Amino acid sequence: MPNNSYNTYILNNIPNGARVLDLGCGDGDLLDQLRREKNCQGYGIDIQYDHILACTKRGISTFHGNIDEGLSDFSDHAFDYVILSQTLQQVTRPLYVIEEMLRVGHKAIITFPNFGYWEIRLRLLLTGQAPKTKTLPYEWYDTPNIRVVSIRNFRHLCHQNNIKILLDNQSNLFSKKGLFIVESGK
Amino acid sequence: MSVESSQKFEGRNLELSSGQALSEFEIAYTTYGTLNQNKSNALLVCHALSGDADAGIWWESQVGPGKSIDTTRYFVICSNTIGSCYGSTGPASINPQTGTPYNLSFPVITITDMVNAQKKLIDSLGISSLASVIGGSMGGMQALEWSVLYPENIRTCIAIATSAELAPQALAFNAVGREAIISDPNFQQGHYTEETVPRHGLSIARMIGHITYRSDESMSEKFGRRLLKKEDYGYDFSTDFEIESYLKYQGDKFVNRFDANCYLYLAKAMSYFDLTKKYGSLEEAFKNTQANFLILSISSDWLYPARESKRIVKALMKQNKPVTYCEIEASHGHDSFLMENDQLSKLIQSFLETTHAQ
Repeated sequence: MPNNSYNTYILNNIPNGARVLDLGCGDGDLLDQLRREKNCQGYGIDIQYDHILACTKRGISTFHGNIDEGLSDFSDHAFDYVILSQTLQQVTRPLYVIEEMLRVGHKAIITFPNFGYWEIRLRLLLTGQAPKTKTLPYEWYDTPNIRVVSIRNFRHLCHQNNIKILLDNQSNLFSKKGLFIVESGK
Repeated sequence: MSVESSQKFEGRNLELSSGQALSEFEIAYTTYGTLNQNKSNALLVCHALSGDADAGIWWESQVGPGKSIDTTRYFVICSNTIGSCYGSTGPASINPQTGTPYNLSFPVITITDMVNAQKKLIDSLGISSLASVIGGSMGGMQALEWSVLYPENIRTCIAIATSAELAPQALAFNAVGREAIISDPNFQQGHYTEETVPRHGLSIARMIGHITYRSDESMSEKFGRRLLKKEDYGYDFSTDFEIESYLKYQGDKFVNRFDANCYLYLAKAMSYFDLTKKYGSLEEAFKNTQANFLILSISSDWLYPARESKRIVKALMKQNKPVTYCEIEASHGHDSFLMENDQLSKLIQSFLETTHAQ
């Protein structure tokens, strides 16, 4: 599933003028859309120089940093929304990152490819090999996706860690993607 | 086509942070390129401690036709800071009241004073809005100060390998450098003559400085533990290693081009720079800025580590200011910002292009 379909969904769930922080912002597609269509202000964070450069060319403000090391450079509740789109499965410490998101933002939007998608389940069952799909096209030994997370896994994580799910895109085994809006239940 | 011109500006009544004033002062400056009709393409490049107005030479990697700071597109101004010895008024200049060099009677100056002097120069050129103020190290401090002091007069601020206040370790190195100069018997309370300059002290100050401007990696790569024209140790106190001879060479070269008193004044100005002290907090300092910021650190810079740049960025973000931060990959330490670096050039160029087009 292309990234921009996630973006549309995120766009629909963010109010006008919100202050946003986009973790793993890539070349700034989402922030650019949020700025143009929703009049949002905000910053992107990315670890790759090429992405910082791409964002700069679009006039998007970015912070060069590693989200796995936390968001210590950002103060509490500095943003309305902190977004982690298609990156959860690539972080080393997902829970820590989510907790940090809920510290610096009032709400967090998290999207990820669903490893519990029926096609993946079926492929694993039938072939006995780590499944490859259009959404998850990588070989097991050469993938940036170091975390295997399904929609059910994510719900469980939230439940266990007092994270309140505000919007659960009624995802199930027929969903290729998971999309959640959460806030701190503490 | 790029026109280059070196000139002098004569200014008056510069009120200084110390409470003193310079009733008259000169600034040497060089301009590159052509000022457009509505004077919107001017940008100011600020130099570091030992620099001068010739940005096209000391920052050849960035300033020139077709380069990131494109002199065919922008009207690039670079001025020698007050307190320096490359044409602007400083301790080595003649005090018009006495007819002799100021030496240590020159008032102690700050980064703020340097910027206030530059502002008078920019005003005299009829430029009310600078497309950017750009600098590395002490030049970066000036760029930050510009954004704070004259928010309406600069559209972007590019501060590289710098900090909003000199960190204690850098303060310490600065102090040792000054101490080396002052303790040279030739120093004579700053009243040395051309024949009796405190060569030894100034040279040591530069040697220390040079170590801090480089990295362990770059020294290992360039010199390692190689011996200087010998097969084995000399078992005496002469120069054994190549790195020792290289440092001495750097020190000697510097003595021939820089004034010891100026070094004291500029090092002191850097030590005093502290936006937090001046405004209560860094967030408060940046509260009224209007510029779009590009803050860059160098991965191997241990004198102005990335943490210092991030503090600036964090304060700006708290104030919702547009700011981009990037850590530039370079192995040569602090001085890397002066060298060829593709990452650095591309970011500066893109940032200037995007913000200038807006």
